[in-house]
Amino acid sequence: MAILFQQHPGLVVYLTAGDTGLSPRLTHAAAEGADLSATRDIALAAIDAGADVIELGVPFSDPLADGPVIQRASERALARGTRLKDVLALAKELRAARPHAGLVIFSYLNPILRFGLSRFADAAADAGADGVLLTDMIVEEAGEYLAEMKRVNLAPIFLAAPTSPDERLKAIAEHSQGFVYAISRTGITGKQQSVAADAAALVERIRRWTRLPVAVGFGISNADHVTKVGEFADAAVIGSAIVELIERSTEEDAPGAVARFIKGLRQPYPVQAL
Amino acid sequence: MATIIHPAEQSEAASNTPGRFGAYGGRYVPETLMAALQELEQAYAEAQADPGYQAELASLLKDFAGRPTPLYFAKRLTESLGGAKIYLKREDLLHTGAHKINNALGQGLLARKMGKRRIIAETGAGQHGVATATVCALLGLECIVYMGEEDMRRQELNVLRMRLLGAQVRGVTSGSKTLKDAVNEALRDWVTNVRDTYYILGSALGPHPYPTMVRDFNRVIGIEMRQQILEKEGRLPTAILACVGGGSNAIGAFHQFLGDKAVRLIGVEAGGRGKALGDHAARFSGGSPGVLQGTYSYVLQDEDGQVSLTHSVSAGLDYATVGPEHAALHDCGRAEYVSADDAHVLEAVVKLARTEGILPALESAHAVAECMRIAPGMASHDILVVNLSGRGDKDMNIIARELNIQGAQGL
Repeated sequence: MAILFQQHPGLVVYLTAGDTGLSPRLTHAAAEGADLSATRDIALAAIDAGADVIELGVPFSDPLADGPVIQRASERALARGTRLKDVLALAKELRAARPHAGLVIFSYLNPILRFGLSRFADAAADAGADGVLLTDMIVEEAGEYLAEMKRVNLAPIFLAAPTSPDERLKAIAEHSQGFVYAISRTGITGKQQSVAADAAALVERIRRWTRLPVAVGFGISNADHVTKVGEFADAAVIGSAIVELIERSTEEDAPGAVARFIKGLRQPYPVQAL
Repeated sequence: MATIIHPAEQSEAASNTPGRFGAYGGRYVPETLMAALQELEQAYAEAQADPGYQAELASLLKDFAGRPTPLYFAKRLTESLGGAKIYLKREDLLHTGAHKINNALGQGLLARKMGKRRIIAETGAGQHGVATATVCALLGLECIVYMGEEDMRRQELNVLRMRLLGAQVRGVTSGSKTLKDAVNEALRDWVTNVRDTYYILGSALGPHPYPTMVRDFNRVIGIEMRQQILEKEGRLPTAILACVGGGSNAIGAFHQFLGDKAVRLIGVEAGGRGKALGDHAARFSGGSPGVLQGTYSYVLQDEDGQVSLTHSVSAGLDYATVGPEHAALHDCGRAEYVSADDAHVLEAVVKLARTEGILPALESAHAVAECMRIAPGMASHDILVVNLSGRGDKDMNIIARELNIQGAQGL
């Protein structure tokens, strides 16, 4: 369950599972589950283009930490009948196809609770996921969740925010495995002009408490941002920028477009081995 | 460390963990909000112990809002139904037209005390939005209210009132464009502007400390009610009825009576237009435990944990989850939860208007409808107290349309 960033800076790519953008092939939510082959193809292309970790986003009806881009992607994915079990099946497929890629299930808490925390832990481990990130799970409420993650040897990844005081960062660092996800700024997911000054200060504060890699996300959308993040963190998380690219692409073009985008994130700069 | 406890393991409504009501409640929020919630919890604790703050709140509740509200014996309604004696707790007479001002004043003063000058709020029927806009005008604070576009359409009068009061009303177009979506958008604003913004949440919902704090600001309803009924009748009522959306007026009315086991506490949810998921907002009969908008409670959801759409003729009850303390009171059996459908609610509006000359809000009319259902089967020494949480002026357009009032002699 090691999550390794092979290059510097590492790249974590978020995909809303089941979203095929604005021009979806008409698919039927068959009894065996929704067709997530489009997300599979994009994820494989992203890994082959240099993504170290794929965050598979479970669509949720009320994504209150997300901006309009991921809200729309969640609505589309749900309209296509995407269910948690489909996302877990996709994870298993990705693990079989790319044994060394990092794989994180990214979700709001309620779909996991409804599925059953214990059943989810077993299924995520069986699928070969490395870790789990729950957007609305804070360390104080995480007792049972942490026990389940430990039981099945999955990495719980917690979010750290610029507003988190040091004692919270300490608890977040102590309970996280895999990596710590540092939120670059106060706010919801979505693009921004530049990497907030908050981000570097936050990463520095997190490092006082852990030797885990630190990934910076929220608003990271181009090569300049990734380079900037690379100056102080181990990895950058790209979410809304790629989800928006998928939204604008045809289903056939999306994997190629995402691959080119990811290559471009590191392209202008020398690639260093860690 | 707190954890999600299976409800079956809990029998007591009260729990010693702050923010927990039995298995329910808690804090399930993005990490960015945690520092603000802890700051709020601390500031609220300080305010409770601050005589200056308490005196200012008491003074405004009395002279600005109009407390205490009367407990009124509804003689003609009682005679017409021919059973239990019915009293109305007249929260509808408060300034701005509903109990919402109790909480808005408490939190508005707290925001000012904390030095936060930018206020955000969500609103469904618009009553909390109007109360918040009013308090912001009173205290000179900036006010932004999130409201679903569907609710802006059906409660247009309240939108105009908020704007007149100087608030900015931002329409929300996501989801069903109702209260749930307005709460999502208010939370997104708060996550973004958390350093200088105070979120006046309008019901006993959301992450700790809101369910406790909003309840406390509404406890005055039950405290007055208990004293008034003892003065008038020399004994406690058989039952107290209140509508339950998020549940702030109900928990405010119930709380003082929790220890009086002989007093039935009846919460009335929105039965909407039918029993199918999506046609109502009856969380206890149609929902199951889950996490929505920061708290663990009963949620209307599908088998995948996706939150369902809801329907009610009343915007204020049209919501997919319910305050966590109600969930605990439901599970331990201390309170009963029933629902009233749209048709019976409209009947209740007409009945109360024509027997008592009181036009109830559509939300509050749910409690009146349940009262009309049970009163005839009760004895004349039984006493029912209905918490009339708001007045119905805001609903005239909906009522006229639903009842197809043509001229003065419709119905």
